Parts: sequence; structure tokens; C-alpha cells
Amino acid sequence: MHAVTCVATAALATFVLAACGGGSSGSGERELTFFVAIQPGGTIEEVSKRCSEESKGKYTITPEFLPTDASQQREQLVRRLGAEDSSIDIVGMDVIWTGEFANAGWVDEWTGAEKKAVTEKVFPNVIETASFEDKLYAAPFNTNTQLLWYRKDLVKQPPKTWDQMIEEAEGLKEASSIQVQASRYEGYMVLVNALIESAGTEILSGPEEVDLEQGPTEKALQVIGKLANGGAAPPSLSTSDEDTARLGFEAGESAFMTNYTFAYASAKEEAPDVFKNMGFARFPRVDADTPSKPPLGGFNLAVSAFSENKDVAFEAAACLANDKSQKTAVELDGLPPSRSDLYTDKVVTEAYPGFAPLVKESIEASGPRPTTPAYQDVSLAIQRSLHPPDKIDAEDTESVYEELKSNVEDAVKREGLL
Amino acid sequence: MTVNAPANPAPQKAAPAGASSRTRSERKLGWMLCAPAVIAMLLVTAYPIVYAVILSLQDVDLRFPDEGGFVGLSNYTAVLSSDLWWTDFFNTVLIMVISVAIELVLGMAIALVMYRAIFGRGVVRTSVLIPYGIITVVAAFAWQFAFSPETGFVNNLPLIPDEKDWFGGRFSSFAVIIMAEVWKTTPFMALLLLAGLVTIDSQLYEAARVDGATAWQRFTRITLPLMKPAILVALLFRTLDAFRVFDTIFIMTRGALDTESVSILGYNQLISRLNLGLGSAVSVLIFLCVFLIAFIFVRGFGTKLEEGRPGG
Repeated sequence: MHAVTCVATAALATFVLAACGGGSSGSGERELTFFVAIQPGGTIEEVSKRCSEESKGKYTITPEFLPTDASQQREQLVRRLGAEDSSIDIVGMDVIWTGEFANAGWVDEWTGAEKKAVTEKVFPNVIETASFEDKLYAAPFNTNTQLLWYRKDLVKQPPKTWDQMIEEAEGLKEASSIQVQASRYEGYMVLVNALIESAGTEILSGPEEVDLEQGPTEKALQVIGKLANGGAAPPSLSTSDEDTARLGFEAGESAFMTNYTFAYASAKEEAPDVFKNMGFARFPRVDADTPSKPPLGGFNLAVSAFSENKDVAFEAAACLANDKSQKTAVELDGLPPSRSDLYTDKVVTEAYPGFAPLVKESIEASGPRPTTPAYQDVSLAIQRSLHPPDKIDAEDTESVYEELKSNVEDAVKREGLL
Repeated sequence: MTVNAPANPAPQKAAPAGASSRTRSERKLGWMLCAPAVIAMLLVTAYPIVYAVILSLQDVDLRFPDEGGFVGLSNYTAVLSSDLWWTDFFNTVLIMVISVAIELVLGMAIALVMYRAIFGRGVVRTSVLIPYGIITVVAAFAWQFAFSPETGFVNNLPLIPDEKDWFGGRFSSFAVIIMAEVWKTTPFMALLLLAGLVTIDSQLYEAARVDGATAWQRFTRITLPLMKPAILVALLFRTLDAFRVFDTIFIMTRGALDTESVSILGYNQLISRLNLGLGSAVSVLIFLCVFLIAFIFVRGFGTKLEEGRPGG
């Protein structure tokens, strides 16, 4: 009995010591841990290294990489933050987590000169994604948006609306499909939100107020129903994500695709034949007379409320998100900067040859996903209500609309199973 | 189910009232010897179970640390009155029944082959076990890639349409999930059945053969009755395992298209939504289901376990 207690105590002690080991190391150089999604081009390593060097011995930043899948990144972070893990100093926060993390008290507010520095020249709707209840909780780093990619050899003029695009695709003899993201995951939520926003309404009008005006929402649902049940749907529409969409487009199966900016560099590398004729345009409209509101993605950098190095962590996060770092992100990983003044910079115009102004316009016009502490519930409820996409009958969207609205209403109250 | 306490060294029957001091000290020694195991079991199983039950009676959401409190059974009513729980329960039972049934038949056949293998017995037994040695997540990914229209070979096989999107429909998804489960765990079933098979006295077969019994008669009259205990144990293990199916579904569909199992439902509430109250209620209900299955097996077939024992 005694021996067991001893062994248990010893094991516990080692564990506690190990857990403390990563913290602050006395008066000298501070070690900061940066939890962030991995970027294949090496942006994160590069900016961490540069900022550590620029701090002249004040701190070193060690990146800890999270999985590539957005929901798995979040799951790992919330597990740690929920347990008040002090080994996280800086968090690479997806634009949709802000409400949840801020409301739970897991990340600290930005104020004063630092707030001013990290929001300078940043797109207003990107700042919105880093804010909750009018307070800033993160430094905007990279943003992202979706464009319409199309084949210039098959289509003379890029379509203005989804209806036109579907009609045009159905009339094509080859490559007659449209690639989107409609698997049951966050990417489908991105599509649904963009369509609802473009139709002229929004999912939530406040953290707990459901909007979803019936007319425009049904119009958005009709687009999904028409695409999913018509000839323009690719065979694996209900399991499609950014990567299957890219692969389908690069294989020459589709004349159209809505996808993030990485699709351009990818096609250049993987499918030169398709790339030759690759055109770009703004995300199509739902309503012919209302400009579209393209999707908005990206990462903002927050300081963990449980960090033991908050004094230097804000400074380090500001460096990681500054204009130099944003340029590194465009250069190495093709990620659009959140600062609007960089879009005339050579680094950006080279990464987006000919379409840097379009990316900028798309971000300015974008319709961000709702900000709410119950975001995960809202997203799950929408994915559940509208998946598989071919369940939506374009002729009769009322029943799906009712289901969607009541599910979202339950979700903001965090009621019921999801 | 995976943690087995060491055999209880304490005397089976309580010592009679006026027992000698030796009996009493032996009894004390017995308790002391099994104490570490009991404590370890309490720490690793009883504590989490009790904690889950307590959480399930509260409104706890990690995203809203300041809210919450004791809510009685309302989490359970929320779960049990939800269509989602019953859909997922049905899915889980469907996967469980079909996969265990197929595994039993295949496992029996493989066990007989392993038993009868005259040459290369070691090679046969090892190669049969390979799927069971592969990590479930890896196997699930392998089969997902195999069935995917973009990367897979399955759609290139004859009689299968090239564009078939296996994970685009509910029942085709179930078919792939069940197939992957069967592929993965049939070896386990076969191994348990083989263990039962080798205990049968070969003289019985010789006697039956002398009496003119056919191979089928020998199988149904000798092999099956004598293997009943082994079959029941194998079925119990696999049923309990299959009821908690998670990895394969998580990798292949993440529960899309109504292919969710109760374990995935629990995961969504606990890990994705951080709604510990609802999630714990789902977990406790899963635990009760597993408990019930074990109870039915042990009670319902318990007597037969005894009957099946040679000379019992």
C-alpha cells in the first residue's frame, strides 16, 4: 500500500516537473510556445525564427504544429485551453474560434499601442473576425478568400450568378461539372454561409439572435439544391472538400470551381495543361442584382490567458503578425495578407499574377461566418440540416428552411444533441 | 473490458466463525495481496465512471465556465428524446449485428482451416492474423482510399460502376464500414474459436466416423455443441467491441449521411462541443448498453456455458 502511494507520488511529481519544464526560464531569454496549424511552405518556422532573432535575446518562439484539419486543430486547442494549460503562449486562431475562445476567457484582450499596431491598415472585416463584443482578441495574420476559377477554353465569359453558372455547366459537352466543398465539414458551412450572405441575409445578427430571413435564405438553398440535383454536380459532391475540388479541376473534369487562392499555384505545378486556360473571377452572385459576399478564412494570433509570459507574448505575437511576416506567408505559402496596403507590393502581385486586385476586392466584399461563442454548435447544426446537399429540393425549399431555422435556433441556445 | 484484475487470491468462502488464527491471517494476506489491483482498478475505472455520472447530472460546458449547475436528469431526457440518439443507436446495432454475424461465420471457417492446416501451419496462422495487427485508423484509411472514386482500385474492378461514390450514400457507406470492420476483426474471432476447437478430444471424431457420421454431422453434433462456450465468449467480446465502433466511421464518413454511431455522437458532444453534461449523459447511456449486453450474454447463456463444457 505504502509502496504504491510512493510510486504514484513519484510518477505525479515527474509529470508535474515535466509540465513545468517548458515555462519561463528565469530572467534571461523567455521561451514562447506558438500553437498553430502547419503550413507546408514553411511560413511558421520562418517567421518564428525571424521574430526570435529580432527580439535580440528577449524571447525565442518555438512553433508547435497542429493537424491540417481545422476541426482537429480546434479540438486539440480547446482540450488544452479548457484544462488551463500554461504551456501555450501564442495561439494561431482560426477566424471562427474568436467568439468561443474570448467568451470562455482563454485568450486575452489586445489594448493600447499594440492593438493599434496590429490593426493598422487591416481590412475591417478581418478585424471583425478577430473581435468579440467590440474588443480585439487577436492580431490578424493571414486572411483568405475564395474565387471562382474557370476554364477559359470552355467558357468565354465568367458567369455572374450561380444560376448562370449551373446552366452553362450543364450545357457543356465535357468538363460539365462545378467543383465546390460539400462534404459534411466546416468547408460546407463556408459555402452555405457565403450563399446565404450573398443572397442578402445572414445566419446570425448577434451572438444569440438568429436572422435567416426566409426569402433570401430559400434562394440560397435553391442554389445548393439545383447544383446537387442537376447535371453540374460532380459524382462525389457530398464528400467533396478543397482538395478533391482541386483534384477534379486539375484532372480536367470541371469547367468551374470555387476554391481558395492556393488552387492557382497548385494547378500551375500539377496540371500545366489546365493551368494554361485557367481564368479567375469573383465568387458568383445568388441574386443577379446583389453583389456577392465571398467566403473569408484565415488565422489571427492570440495570447493565451494561461500563459506565464504574457508580457513578452503580446510583443512576439505582434511581430509574428506584422507586415514582414505577412509577406513571408504570401511568398512561401501563397496566403493572402490581412493588411490591405500590401496588395500592391511586389511579393503579392507575383504570388497572384493578375489577380491581386481581385483577391483584395473579394476580401473587402466578403461575408464572414457568424461570431458567437456557440459557433461550433451553429456550424454542426447547419451541416446536419443541409447535408447531403441533394436532400434540398430546389422546387420546394420551405421544409428544409424550417428545419434549418429551428436547428440553428436550438444551436445558439446550445440545446439538444448535435 | 480490457483491464483484467489478477485472479483473486482470497479464499472463496468466508471463514467460519471460530476459524483458526491461521485462516484469519491467510485471509488478511489475501486481501493485502489483491489490494494493489483493487486500488488500481478503482483509480482507472471506477473514478472516471462515477465522475461521468456526476457530470451527466450537471449543465457543464467548458466554453461557458461561469454558467451551469445541477440539472437532475434533464441531460438524459434531452438525449433520449432526440431523434439523433435513436438514429445513431439503430445504426450502431445494425453495424454490430451484421458485422458480428459475418465475422462468426467467416471466423469459424478460418478457425477450421487453421486447425486442419497440415503444412505451413505457422505461416497460415500468422498471415490470417495480419489484419488484426494493423491499427484500426490505418486500416480505415486504407479502405477509404481503396473505395474512393479518385484514388481507389475498387471502382476499376469488373461489375462495379467507375463513378460509384461509396461514401455518398448511407447504405453504401455502411457496406464499406462493415466490410472494413469484418476484415479487421475476423482474425480475432477466428483465434478465439480456434482456442475452443483445440480443446475438443479427437477421439470423439474417430468414434463418430466409425459410427458412420458425415462431415456435416460431425460438425453440427460434435464441434458446435462442444465449442459453445468458446463461441459465446467470442460473440460477447466482439459484440461489446462492435457496439463501441468509432475509428472506422470517424475516418470514413465522420458520421455524415446518417452513418453515425453512438460513440461518435458522444465524441461530438464531449470533444467538439465541450458540452460535458450532455456528452457524459451519452457516455453513461453507452456504458449502460454495454453493461446490458454483457448481462444478457452472461445470464441468458450462462447455464449453457456449463452445459457446453466437456464432461460438465
